[in-house]
Amino acid sequence: MTTSHENEKEKMQTSVKPNSLASVAQANPAKVPGTRAMGTGLETRGVHAWFGKHHALSDISLDFAAGTVTALIGPSGCGKSTFIRTINRMHEFIPGAAMAGEVLLDGKDVYAPGTDVTKIRLQIGMVFQKPNPFPSMTIGENVLSGLKLAQIKVDNKDDLLEECLERAGLWSEVKDRLGAHGGSLSGGQQQRLCIARALAVRPQVLLMDEPCSALDPGSTLRIEETIRHLSDTMTIIIVTHNMQQAARVSDYTAFFLSDGGPGQMIEVAPTSEIFSRPQDQRTENYVTGRFG
Amino acid sequence: MTLQEVTIPAPREITTEPRRSDKVFRAVVTSGGVSSLVILGLIALFLGYRGFEVLRQEGMGFITHSDWSITTDDAGNVVESHFGLAAMLVGTILCSLIAVVIALPVSVFCALFLNFYAPTWLKKIMVTIIDMMAAFPSILFGIWGFLVLMPSVEYWAKLLHRYLGFIPAFDMQVPVYTRSPFVAGVVLAIMIIPIITSVSREIFSQAPLDRIQAAYALGATRWAMIKAVVIPHGRSGVIGGAMLGLGRAMGETVAVFTVLNIVFQINWQMLLGAGGNVASLIILKFGDASPYEIKALMAAGLVLFLLTLIVNGLANLIVKTTGKSGR
Repeated sequence: MTTSHENEKEKMQTSVKPNSLASVAQANPAKVPGTRAMGTGLETRGVHAWFGKHHALSDISLDFAAGTVTALIGPSGCGKSTFIRTINRMHEFIPGAAMAGEVLLDGKDVYAPGTDVTKIRLQIGMVFQKPNPFPSMTIGENVLSGLKLAQIKVDNKDDLLEECLERAGLWSEVKDRLGAHGGSLSGGQQQRLCIARALAVRPQVLLMDEPCSALDPGSTLRIEETIRHLSDTMTIIIVTHNMQQAARVSDYTAFFLSDGGPGQMIEVAPTSEIFSRPQDQRTENYVTGRFG
Repeated sequence: MTLQEVTIPAPREITTEPRRSDKVFRAVVTSGGVSSLVILGLIALFLGYRGFEVLRQEGMGFITHSDWSITTDDAGNVVESHFGLAAMLVGTILCSLIAVVIALPVSVFCALFLNFYAPTWLKKIMVTIIDMMAAFPSILFGIWGFLVLMPSVEYWAKLLHRYLGFIPAFDMQVPVYTRSPFVAGVVLAIMIIPIITSVSREIFSQAPLDRIQAAYALGATRWAMIKAVVIPHGRSGVIGGAMLGLGRAMGETVAVFTVLNIVFQINWQMLLGAGGNVASLIILKFGDASPYEIKALMAAGLVLFLLTLIVNGLANLIVKTTGKSGR
């Protein structure tokens, strides 16, 4: 991921059709990693995952530079979701789940013995496929629920509440009804509420597992805007089935594929490159819609 | 086209004609549903009919006085009779309340343990045992209470008296600790723990996975997750289970009969050896009752029936008015 993007971009612009995925991707040039002072980010080293005897994921090594958005694309069952769940250790809730390799956050292995897993999950937040606000809590309580769950004390809750809802792009819509129940919001609003909830514990990394797959196009666009804004301050990894979305929001794209065996990572590159000049034939077949 | 030009039609009547198979199935399930109501109604009617004479004679005294006596002359005619259930009603409520207060926390913790902490093999074994306990004959609980619990409960009763004696319910003037509503309550608690555990376990296991994951993903410990997701979700179900348990405790006959002396004295002191409940009164008197006394016992049955309905109704009301929806 240390290519010189500016040169690549110039080369590509000559051959790109308007409105193609490649042109969409080029409208969002990849951020150059290392230009922001946000730690070294997240790395995975040779990650494997199993469910019982089933080998689900094989040898994934990926770097996620601080302050970038990385999209994971690939057909269903290729291990994308499993992979991001190994990053914040949600994987281990499934009985029989196992992993190998290392996940390094700021150089520290999150699976190291003696690691407090709840602290890891505070640093690596997650947004799920289906909006899942806590129905017994109000909108305001939902946003701050992470603080309560992890027993974090904050001086000024109102400011934090407003800040998180603002960053999730929901403040103007809910500021007058913070006491209403989370379930009273629309699906898209609920998902942004879940993003605000994840932000309240100030994670360094945000994992998003197909965050827009249950939403309408308008809500999807709002969330994509939110992702772009958030990437100024945090590292985002997003699993998506929507290649347009990957092209719109991500700096880097990794293509995962399973050939019947465990899921593997075929290719990772700046997003504009994946959609215009993929190195691997299988990637090209996928992004041009020939399968998947 | 402007609005005036449109003649607004009357709404059509929408009808559906179900298929024959659907009609048959509906008839079958309807008869099943109605039959339980009919049986309940018939029982109430029967008890009311048989007990009417006594209820009319005693009036409100039947539930406010504590007295049970009947005098007959040599020919078997009733000379004088006094029937009042107050002590038995108090005993019923006291014993079953003690039972629920003890059983509810134990059951909830047990259900949480089984769902979220126990290894699978232990969970399987325990679930089987607990379900078996629910089907255990109550006389065995009674005998166990009589032979095992009564001698050993003295120690706990003395502790309760020593440290909580300032509360009237735990006060005790006569230092005899064996037969008391407290012992009966403990026996009943053990009887209803399997029921409440079973219902709670079922409802806790239905806590939605996506919210459980959401809580964990926010850095929750297991306990914090349970507090935020599982308990709000299961709250109404647990109360429902407690009501089932309370119902069984209120109607329990044999287990109470074996560990409690039936004394016609209103007794709110749970350590005092006096009380009894309505059901055990019925079994005590039923064997050698004269026809008129049988009627009094039927009336007692009706009162117990109504008491159970009222308690359940109240509990439902409490759940509805205080319940934040956790679903």
